[in-house]
Amino acid sequence: MSWLRRTVIWLALGAGLLAPIAVLGVYAFSQRWFYPALLPPEWTASTFVRQLTRPETGTALLNSSLIALLVSLLALLVGYPAARALELGQLPAKGLIYALLFVPTVVPTVATGIGLNILFLRLGLAGTRLGVALVHLVPVLPYAVFTLGGVFAAYDPTYEAQARVLGASRWMIWRRVTLPLLLPGLVVTALFAFLISWSQYVLTFLIGGGQLVTLPTLLFTTVPGGNQATTAALALVFVAPLFVVIALTARYLAGSRVRGGELLLQ
Amino acid sequence: MSRAYARTWLALLPALAIVAVVFGTSVLYGVSQSLGWLPFLGQREISLDAYRTVMFGADHRREFWTALAFSLWVSAAATLLAALLALLLTLALGPQMRANRRVLTILNLNLAFPHLVWAIGLLLLLAQSGVLARIAAALGWIERPADFPVLVRDRAGLGVIIAYVTKEVPFLVLILVAILRAQAESYTAVAQTLGANRWQRLRYVTLPLVLPGLLAGSLLVFAFIFGAYEVPALLGVRYPKMLAVLALDFFLNADLRARAEGMALSVLMALVVLLVALLASRLRRQAVRP
Repeated sequence: MSWLRRTVIWLALGAGLLAPIAVLGVYAFSQRWFYPALLPPEWTASTFVRQLTRPETGTALLNSSLIALLVSLLALLVGYPAARALELGQLPAKGLIYALLFVPTVVPTVATGIGLNILFLRLGLAGTRLGVALVHLVPVLPYAVFTLGGVFAAYDPTYEAQARVLGASRWMIWRRVTLPLLLPGLVVTALFAFLISWSQYVLTFLIGGGQLVTLPTLLFTTVPGGNQATTAALALVFVAPLFVVIALTARYLAGSRVRGGELLLQ
Repeated sequence: MSRAYARTWLALLPALAIVAVVFGTSVLYGVSQSLGWLPFLGQREISLDAYRTVMFGADHRREFWTALAFSLWVSAAATLLAALLALLLTLALGPQMRANRRVLTILNLNLAFPHLVWAIGLLLLLAQSGVLARIAAALGWIERPADFPVLVRDRAGLGVIIAYVTKEVPFLVLILVAILRAQAESYTAVAQTLGANRWQRLRYVTLPLVLPGLLAGSLLVFAFIFGAYEVPALLGVRYPKMLAVLALDFFLNADLRARAEGMALSVLMALVVLLVALLASRLRRQAVRP
């Protein structure tokens, strides 16, 4: 009975994860697959290769990567001192600051983007990677501070004091004590920032002003066109890098004590 | 003020400044323009006209109230179903599988899947000539695509609901698993030693422990769905629309005066979302306290 229950659950979990990817995969590599054929009559990689080698896809891939990397970097640089101060400094207003940071994560991106659209146009930031990255920081930065806050809450700063007593310089303390202890948490924070930025459509659309093409905006305009193989192929190009990034950081994910439930809805 | 204290604030400053400046100006601009402050159109009078037009004007009131009701229906239905399924799945997992790292990895991977791609996958799966329709045809259940029920791009919002239920179940399961692993397993063991049967353990130990957290998580899910754009834009229809889709339509209207109305819509939507989310975070704080 127990093994039956387990098998059913494993199948359900696996299907939940793999079904959409499988559907996208079959459509992306199918040719002339019309209703009611159960399986594609012909398989081809040409649709996928055409989507991958299209100049627009290249531009979108580059823009998405540069923006997501910039967002991750900024989230770490700005979020690190903030989270350390919140958790290890003596602040009376800690709860209030966390509450304030919570607000931008739940306000719908449509509302945030509409509000910033005109201002960014005026500042000349609309349609630029920097402008889009700045706006992505609105939902990303609070998450980075929450995640890093959790990391610092479990961090014991007296290790640094011990190294100082033993005569280590500030740089050596950071490099040899702080960084190794915090590394899993830092990697996970960067990963979260990358994921949110990579998947962001509304903010990119409203601030990119249609000029800045990223993978989500390209994909979004492809869907109404109707060609299912093209849409599926582009969707695979969009998600594949995410799984590469997750695979690369998997060992830190397991090592860090970051709670999965805190990972985002967006 | 001591030096250490000043340094603490200095470390916080960049993060707070970015969020306050970027998000703050968004709120400021959004609210002021919804009140008719559109200096680039030469309009500098503050009024509630945009709100009045959207909510009660003859042109838009039907669209607005339908969108509000539709958003509430979709968010509530999806949230309730997701919460119920998440609870059942968590209980079915049992203590051993809840601690299994591979189970948690699969759930986390699901969470990382972008909503946009999830919606496209469902579109291909559930459309009237999609994968399920093909399977139904192969089994002889339907003859033509039109015989297959309209599950996506339907007027009842089924497609959007299905997308969110399947997408948010892993999120809620992870919250439940975290709560159970933190406290409940040991309480359950105590209850068992004291002679409580399965049903009693579930009714008097497990459920009271997880329900506050589940409620808080569900409210967050509700708030998120209520304000979301991509999935209803892809899996929805022209009428009825969800509020976020309607707001963006107004905003992108060629008539620049419709912008104020789009802003009014987005302010109203954001207010609902914020209220629900603040309630959620309040409940969560109480839930965390033993």
